[in-house]
Amino acid sequence: MPTDIRIKKGLNINLVGAAEPSTSKAVSSNAYALNLLDFHGLKPKLMVKEGGEVQAGEPLFFNKDFPDMYFVSPVSGELVEVERGARRRILSLRILADKEQRVLKHKPLDAEKADADAIRAFLLKSGCWPFIRQRPYDVVADPTFVPKAIFVSAYVTAPLAADINYTLKGKEKEMQAALTALGKLTPGKVHVSVGKGEESPFAALTGIELHKVSGPHPAGLVGTQINRIDPINKGERVWTVSPQDLVIIGEALLTGVFNPERTVALAGSCVKQPQYYTTKIGAEISTFLYASGVKEERCRVINGDVLTGSKTSPEGFLGFYNNTVSVIPEGDDYELFGWAKPVTKKVSTTRSLTFSWLTPKKKYNLDTNTNGEHRAFVVTGQYEEVFPLDIYPMQLLKACMYKDIDEMEQLGLYEVSPEDFSLTEFICISKQPHQQIIREGLDLLQKEIG
Amino acid sequence: MSDSNNTLKKKLHAIKVRMAGKKMAPAFNAFHTFLFTPNDTTHSGAHVRGADDLKRTMNTVILALIPVLLFSFFNTGYQHFAAIDAANGMPRTLDLFGNFLTWENFWLGFVQVIPLVIVSYAVGLGVEFLFAVIKGHEVEEGYLVTGMLVPLIVPVDTPLWMLAVAVVFGVVIGKEVFGGTGMNILNPALTIRAFLFFAYPTWMSGDKVWVHGAVERAGTPDAISGETILGSLAQNADYSYSTFDMFFGFIPGSVGETSAFLILLGGLFLAFSKIASWRIMLSAVIGSLVMGLIFNGVVDMGWVSESSRFYGLMSFDFWKHLIVGGLAFGIVYMATDPVTGSQTHRGKWIYGFLIGFISVMIRVFNPAYPEGVFLAILLMNVFAPTIDHYVVRANVRKRLKRLKNATILPKAGEGKMEELQAETV
Repeated sequence: MPTDIRIKKGLNINLVGAAEPSTSKAVSSNAYALNLLDFHGLKPKLMVKEGGEVQAGEPLFFNKDFPDMYFVSPVSGELVEVERGARRRILSLRILADKEQRVLKHKPLDAEKADADAIRAFLLKSGCWPFIRQRPYDVVADPTFVPKAIFVSAYVTAPLAADINYTLKGKEKEMQAALTALGKLTPGKVHVSVGKGEESPFAALTGIELHKVSGPHPAGLVGTQINRIDPINKGERVWTVSPQDLVIIGEALLTGVFNPERTVALAGSCVKQPQYYTTKIGAEISTFLYASGVKEERCRVINGDVLTGSKTSPEGFLGFYNNTVSVIPEGDDYELFGWAKPVTKKVSTTRSLTFSWLTPKKKYNLDTNTNGEHRAFVVTGQYEEVFPLDIYPMQLLKACMYKDIDEMEQLGLYEVSPEDFSLTEFICISKQPHQQIIREGLDLLQKEIG
Repeated sequence: MSDSNNTLKKKLHAIKVRMAGKKMAPAFNAFHTFLFTPNDTTHSGAHVRGADDLKRTMNTVILALIPVLLFSFFNTGYQHFAAIDAANGMPRTLDLFGNFLTWENFWLGFVQVIPLVIVSYAVGLGVEFLFAVIKGHEVEEGYLVTGMLVPLIVPVDTPLWMLAVAVVFGVVIGKEVFGGTGMNILNPALTIRAFLFFAYPTWMSGDKVWVHGAVERAGTPDAISGETILGSLAQNADYSYSTFDMFFGFIPGSVGETSAFLILLGGLFLAFSKIASWRIMLSAVIGSLVMGLIFNGVVDMGWVSESSRFYGLMSFDFWKHLIVGGLAFGIVYMATDPVTGSQTHRGKWIYGFLIGFISVMIRVFNPAYPEGVFLAILLMNVFAPTIDHYVVRANVRKRLKRLKNATILPKAGEGKMEELQAETV
């Protein structure tokens, strides 16, 4: 039954430099790159040699665990560099784009008429599958499992994140095709959550369970919504897809072409003119970063939002799952008696001479300083204020730290992904690396349980 | 000003770089981070972080203790001079500006209390630095609060060497052997108090320790008395203090425990700033009121006679337990220690309630040492993990119950897939 979901616990972090609702086309990038670290735990097997030519939509590598799962090139061109790390692990693939793009076109698939096997095969081979992620473990979905439900969160609460009601307007046809196809892959429901009172492009779509969500961050995180709608039990699988990726899936189904184009928000206090750009997955960030201009010299460029994104540089490339690029000042400076002074320019959930509780609407210019040193867990009850899941956050983190598999299971590690702990990490007085702890816990659980 | 700041900043940064990895680095960093919040930036996870760190948290508790400390200066002096006057047959009546807030009182209290503070911090932080250097970790902030609590919960005339020994014991056995700040099972300040109490009982209880000078004058013609209200009640004797005195703290007792009013303000500040748990404070107050009511009820039913040795404390108005002795201080500043207390919301209610309940129980049933709060808190420190365990089990049970209805679906077909037909456009 479609329900209204009201989240009370949480914290909205209002930052300076949200993207203005206007879109420009980014200049086309010379080089594109796929960052393989975007696909956590993936074992890739290259299908193109360094120096080889690929077409747009042609597979670059496959997943060794599921050889049918292809990862395709966003553009046509030459695979100029295979960057490798320790033990020759592939870190990224860089493609020099052709001037004249050659695109691989599959036979379109009518999602209404196709059966589950045909849809699964189409998504795997066309390069759309990696957009589908699974829980538990928060990795690319295992295609041999049938999920009990599929979740899409179209409610955005993360700081500075792209407003998908704006970026996905007019893409209803693609999204409908993708949702219809996904609906065939599960006997359960396809749950789509939209912001209550917002004008969402999902509102008129069919074949979905529409939930209206309200409340502060992390109400927009899909993990929060899963926990409210249909929590994951041991042995169950659910899949999650980001709304902007539905467009790519839908277009592939409708036209047969893997079109990696997406509208990206360029935001943050370091950006002179924060706005939206149309670009492609893997494009160089500099192709649109400098069009908007950068204010300060020492900035951090982040693929994604400031709570869950990954650090990159202007020379870096747009990540596979990201529709936001945030640029904020680096905070590598000392502050005299920073621990004792009254604080008005930073965000806090306490009121210990911190005054952000007085101005909930104020926009802050936060930098990357940790505002203190790493310590053991001391304060209790703080995480619970911003953690709406029916899980004991500190107890789960500690279970991950001392690697007690039974306890990790019992306390609900199957239900969470690292991003669910991004807000507790933000407010953590002991500056513990929550997302890393949860990721390591998930890795261990996956290794031991599978 | 900002220029000299910058030079200092650069110099200290240079030293930090040079010291990195060296044995004394934690000691230097402790001073450096006291002066400057470090230049660390985020490496994993969230790129921005909230404003609070452990130093700020601890500092907030210290801020809440400052009024109590200042009051203790005046009260130490006032009780001393009042006791002398009383011994000379001229009992004083309180006049806030006339004979309480005077330089004479302040100075006497200052001279008596500040050495306790200095010894507590010097010895405790010394041990912390030593352990940090030996074990190669940073000096953690836990002792900042402990060091301020310790002088406030001992009798004013506690010999300094005794305090030093107790602090070493408390920090090493109470905290460092468990792994330092955040890892201890017992509240370190109360471990120190308990050590003093059991190692040197004559200095920690009786009628000679609560007022400055009472011990050294004992047996001389100038002898003064310093019986606490609880001490008097335990002997079924009357006490000569009004409720007003008790609430505002013009009574003998441990250095910082007397003013329920200022402790209440401190508690409100800590609850408002979200540093201490209001759940623990409120439930502890409820717990002590309930136990007090039970005792009052027993007296009202006539089940104990006036000659009973428990009569005095049992018939004491139930709510007055909160304004005498160390109960209020214990509830606000010690029971709320997040490391040794319960960590779950529901656990905090149970934990706090039992602290209040057991404190008053020990008070009444142990008239030899009429102070139960520190024993009650230490006892509940031990039980806090058990309480949390059962609270968390309830969450686990809910999850296991849900598991019975799990929809585990058969796997999808794993047959070899055909290649898709494709053309280049």
